[in-house]
Amino acid sequence: MALITGKKCGDEEMGALGLETEVAEARTTFDSGKTKGFEWRKSQLEALLRLLQEKEEDMLKVLKEDLGKHRVEAYRDEVGALTKSVDNALLNLKKWMAPEKVSLPLVAVPTVAEIVPEPLGVVLVMSSWNFPIGLSLEPMIGAIAAGNAAILKPSELAPATSEFLAVEVPKYLDCEAIKVIQGGPQVAEQLLDLKWDKIFFTGSAQVGRIVMTAAAKHLTPVTLELGGKCPAIFDSLKSSRDQRMAVGRVAGAKWGSCLGQACIGIDYLLVTDEYAPTLIELLKGVIKEFFSNSEHLARIVNKHHFQRLCNLLQDESVAASLVHGGSVNAEELFIEPTILLNPPLDKEIMTEEIFGPLLPIITLKKIEDSIEFLRARPKPLVIYAFTHDEKFKQRIVDDTSSGCVMFNDTLIQYLCDTIPFGGVGQSGFGQYHGKFSFDNFSNRKPVGRRNFLIEFSFRYPPWNEKKLQLLRHIYRFDYIGFVLCFLGLKR
Amino acid sequence: MEGKTSNEVFNREKAEATVKELRQSFRAGKTKTYEWRAAQLEGIARLIKEKESEITQALRSDLAKPEMESYLHEISLAKSACLFALKNLKKWMKPEKVPAAITTFPSSAQIVSEPLGVVLVISAWNYPFLLSIDPVIGAIVAGNAVVLKPSEIAPATSELFAKILPEYVDSSSIKVVEGGVPETTALLEQKWDKIFYTGNGKVGRIVMAAAAKNLTPVSLELGGKSPVLVDSDVNLKVAVKRIAVGKWGCNNGQACIAPDYIITTKSFAPQLVEALKVTLERFYGKNPLESADLSRIVNLNHFKHLTDMLDEENVSDKIVCGGQTDEKQLKIAPTLLLDVPHDSLIMKNEIFGPLLPIVTVDKLEDSFEIINSMSKPLAAYVFTKNKKLEQEFLSNVSAGGILVNDVALHLANLYLPFGGVGESGIGAYHGKFSFDAFSHKKAVLSRGFAGEAGARYPPYTPEKQWILKGLINGSIVALFLALFKRF
Repeated sequence: MALITGKKCGDEEMGALGLETEVAEARTTFDSGKTKGFEWRKSQLEALLRLLQEKEEDMLKVLKEDLGKHRVEAYRDEVGALTKSVDNALLNLKKWMAPEKVSLPLVAVPTVAEIVPEPLGVVLVMSSWNFPIGLSLEPMIGAIAAGNAAILKPSELAPATSEFLAVEVPKYLDCEAIKVIQGGPQVAEQLLDLKWDKIFFTGSAQVGRIVMTAAAKHLTPVTLELGGKCPAIFDSLKSSRDQRMAVGRVAGAKWGSCLGQACIGIDYLLVTDEYAPTLIELLKGVIKEFFSNSEHLARIVNKHHFQRLCNLLQDESVAASLVHGGSVNAEELFIEPTILLNPPLDKEIMTEEIFGPLLPIITLKKIEDSIEFLRARPKPLVIYAFTHDEKFKQRIVDDTSSGCVMFNDTLIQYLCDTIPFGGVGQSGFGQYHGKFSFDNFSNRKPVGRRNFLIEFSFRYPPWNEKKLQLLRHIYRFDYIGFVLCFLGLKR
Repeated sequence: MEGKTSNEVFNREKAEATVKELRQSFRAGKTKTYEWRAAQLEGIARLIKEKESEITQALRSDLAKPEMESYLHEISLAKSACLFALKNLKKWMKPEKVPAAITTFPSSAQIVSEPLGVVLVISAWNYPFLLSIDPVIGAIVAGNAVVLKPSEIAPATSELFAKILPEYVDSSSIKVVEGGVPETTALLEQKWDKIFYTGNGKVGRIVMAAAAKNLTPVSLELGGKSPVLVDSDVNLKVAVKRIAVGKWGCNNGQACIAPDYIITTKSFAPQLVEALKVTLERFYGKNPLESADLSRIVNLNHFKHLTDMLDEENVSDKIVCGGQTDEKQLKIAPTLLLDVPHDSLIMKNEIFGPLLPIVTVDKLEDSFEIINSMSKPLAAYVFTKNKKLEQEFLSNVSAGGILVNDVALHLANLYLPFGGVGESGIGAYHGKFSFDAFSHKKAVLSRGFAGEAGARYPPYTPEKQWILKGLINGSIVALFLALFKRF
């Protein structure tokens, strides 16, 4: 088996020829029909499951190395989630692959029709650095289940994970059809120049534009899983138990998952002027309870992002709004959970996705104002809302737009296989998870069948008024009218 | 919107203003209600009924389209799309409850369809009425505000839309912008929530690149070379009639799903050619250029594209039927060619006209290599009674849609997605697929505070990891522990 190892991460060219050869091999393999059969797909998914089980420790280790994730966090967010997804795919693969029968109108009778899913061909999955294993393999599950050959380009900003994938994936999966190609922007550019049958990209909007522009050259369909500023609306909750639980969930979503560097993490909170002080106190309490030991928190991925986050706090008016935290450790690339109260809305901290452990709390006169606040801003990947008010919940669903809406909890929509996961507007397009992954990487091909037994002569030229009349009846499903007309008893 | 005059050029400012107005309309929530959507669809249904003769007239002017084709392929399909949408609107608008996972217990989940916002529909010239109104129906039924840019190559139909559509629908949310390349460019520079384009691959690339700047999702309904594989075991008379009406009865071959070329065995080809000749004469008479049942070629540019194919060396001598052309009338007769060279223009490019090359092979299984050497077409057809060949065709040929023993019909079935793959396009529509194409499927997950898994939160311990593992794997025991174990 060919291993694509020994390639150091970084922006070196893999050698354009080497890269093209790999992709060409994947295409030859796909064209041979190997990846289309149920057995192959099942074997690859089972192999993936074995990889997740046998190499669990190694995975937790590289996630710690690249992002400082605690092993429990790493398991919960990446390895465990993937295990669930592979199990789900294995359980449902046969059902997903089965053609779907469809009903038909009169004119086509006697015809039967069905929708047959088929693989798109050779697909490219470009992953992100914050959940480098999860966001690499979750789309791959879909690609494989749908019968494609697939090339994965992990993010070079999580180098230990990238290397791990490049070494281990070929040991478990069919390396003639599934390949891992490491590298930075230059390698990405080379890959994007080639012709793919689908590109699945997770990352920033800026790079998303580049990916789609490159895909346009070949009319390649794309899925873009981007980000945005995901807000959490915090309404007054009656019981202190509920409040405490809600705050725990907020803290978990802000700091407990990759230290805020998550596309579905909470970016900022919306709360009433009245309630803000209480909320801040509750948050401080929870921070102490959960995160006193910084070992249970991840790290900022690299110096560039660390500096970017520090810069957000540089502005005087932003710094003045600090109410908790703010200390940083450049050597460790660590920033402690930080809360700000009403930083100016025109500063970068409120105009750009934060992607870090800084939590602005924006206060409003009344909580319903949050809806107008959100409507004025780009559509995020998710809107969170903590509330018992059913009317308010309905208004949020009806009057705002986002990839997803989650009430009274955070992050777990990522684990739910029955709902689509994806963005809208600036947060992207295309969806996956569960069957949505399978569909994402499939061409749903309608197949209609007729026989030669029954033939309607009025389908054909030369045309005349009688034929027109017959067809009018048929198109209105007016069977009686049709029969009468056919028999010459009606005009 | 009136037809434009020289001092009313639709430029970037106008495009910006148009989008701004539509955005305001959309934000006001107007287009989202059931009542509004139903009213627009009813308006369009009335338009189709009341203006049927004007539409037929415009199609005759643009394409010399026979009245039957106008009825069969444009008016009636538009009508059924409209009525089908009206009938199902309430159902489609309803959120879809889905089971939530044990991992997120207790929770409830649903998928809510919401409009994308302000969308752009760019239409084509060959079915200028249908390919404009059908996507617009989809945009409306999903609750969007929409701009329609009809093809300037079918000017009578374009003008008709600009004139009559505002009389039947809410023109503060549904607009028609006429024009060619400059106007389309101005429109493409704006930020849309979706762009739906029907046309060719070259412009499709331009549309997608423009959309990329704003991360706008696109549907591209393009074309390709739709092959027809003909086996010798078929009822030849019926097969040939179906092929013929699918080819020349569809805008004289200028249709994205018209058969582009035939593949059959060397031994069967002579019979097939004879049968086609007989059928062609029955349909169009001895002088097809004079038949009223054939559309003309849309314009001189396209006429030349076709005659260039015919005049190519080593191709012109392969004509076995037809070949007559009339440049003044822009008419080309149904033409059959036998065994043209594989690298000829007519075999390399989508024909989109009344020329039908017949490619012969020794055995039918050899045809898959030929078909797969070309880009994936919008449709692929096979005529055979042999179940094995049929299955091989289905497995080996990737296309937007496949029809066995008939041609083009699948486009009329509102339960089948209509769209391409690879070079033939991205996305699908018709029926509910239209609603879906213009919707965002928003997941809504709702939880309470009844159950709390302390195991989710730091400080992390091995015991928590164990519980999480079980929980994620759907273990009831782990769920129990997760909910009730206090940390």
